[in-house]
Amino acid sequence: MSLLMGSIVVVAILFFVFEMLRRQKLREKYAVLWIVIGIGTLLLSAFPSLLEEASGLIGIQVPANLLFIMTLILLVGVCLHLSREQSQAEDEVRILCEELALLRADLADIRSQLEVKPGQGSDPGPQNP
Amino acid sequence: MTAPARHPDTLVIMPAWNESESIGNTIREVFEFGPPCDVLVVDDGSRDGTARVAREAGATVLQLPFNMGVGGAMRTGFKYAKSHGYKQVIQVDADGQHDPRDIKAVLDGLQHADIAIGARFADKGNYTVRGPRKWAMKVLAWTISRIAGTPLTDVTSGFRAANIKAIRQYVDHYPAEYLGDTIDSLVVAIRSGCTVRQVAVSMRARQGGTPSHDPMKAAIYLGRSGMALLFALTRKKTEPSTN
Repeated sequence: MSLLMGSIVVVAILFFVFEMLRRQKLREKYAVLWIVIGIGTLLLSAFPSLLEEASGLIGIQVPANLLFIMTLILLVGVCLHLSREQSQAEDEVRILCEELALLRADLADIRSQLEVKPGQGSDPGPQNP
Repeated sequence: MTAPARHPDTLVIMPAWNESESIGNTIREVFEFGPPCDVLVVDDGSRDGTARVAREAGATVLQLPFNMGVGGAMRTGFKYAKSHGYKQVIQVDADGQHDPRDIKAVLDGLQHADIAIGARFADKGNYTVRGPRKWAMKVLAWTISRIAGTPLTDVTSGFRAANIKAIRQYVDHYPAEYLGDTIDSLVVAIRSGCTVRQVAVSMRARQGGTPSHDPMKAAIYLGRSGMALLFALTRKKTEPSTN
């Protein structure tokens, strides 16, 4: 029964990931990770003996502990990855803002030049060559 | 994009964040007592009338949509200087802490180096700091002097000038992290082949606000500056771009 429950949850998550991908709510590079995790979990819930064998190989007495360790490592990894992506995104936003400020100044400059040309007598001030 | 400049050689970059009270005076003083130059104010997301006051005082203003810190503001300024073909730039604080009469002296330092730093402790003026903050500044100064191969006493000074080579280097690498605008940018510039020279200047009292002597803050400052230095030293060299 618990086996069935686990499988259902995993299938639901996988379905959700695919759905988000289809609607372009999730970028492919993030989806790959979740699909791999989902398939792995699906395998484990289908063949619980895999977990027991693996923990026996490493020397972990309670198989569930192997599951916990793997989960923790995975989650820490995901967090680090997201922090990195977030930093990168922030950096890109900053660069865009710098460009925006420069373009704004250039635009104001060009505008004032255009206004001055036909006008009579208004002192352009800083725009003198 | 070649907007005609009045003095196409020298640009004074002034990062400003909510400085509407002092910036007008500072700009007028730069025009009055400084060498012929253009003044560029980088308004770092101010919520007061900084940009308007600066424009009225005769400066060009770049307005950043939100606060990015001195590092971000300065990098924007360097980009502007590069695209408008300025030969030398100098960073001047908007709060009037840097005496515009010293601008020429710091710029003259560029004749012998790529980066010139106006230093506060070089036997001129009466600027004092105490306690852990002073030790931190000493350790930083000693370390960076060794890297630069020239005695530097005030590496966190924001009163610094750069020539074309240093501008290019800064545009490529001017980190926005804490102290990145002083320590990190300087170390990376040196490691990328820029030379540094120190010029003695006097500092005036800030027009408003007092430097803190809270030991806790000083300790945090020490830690963060140490980190900044460590990161800067372990960063790989950058090749100044040619475009």
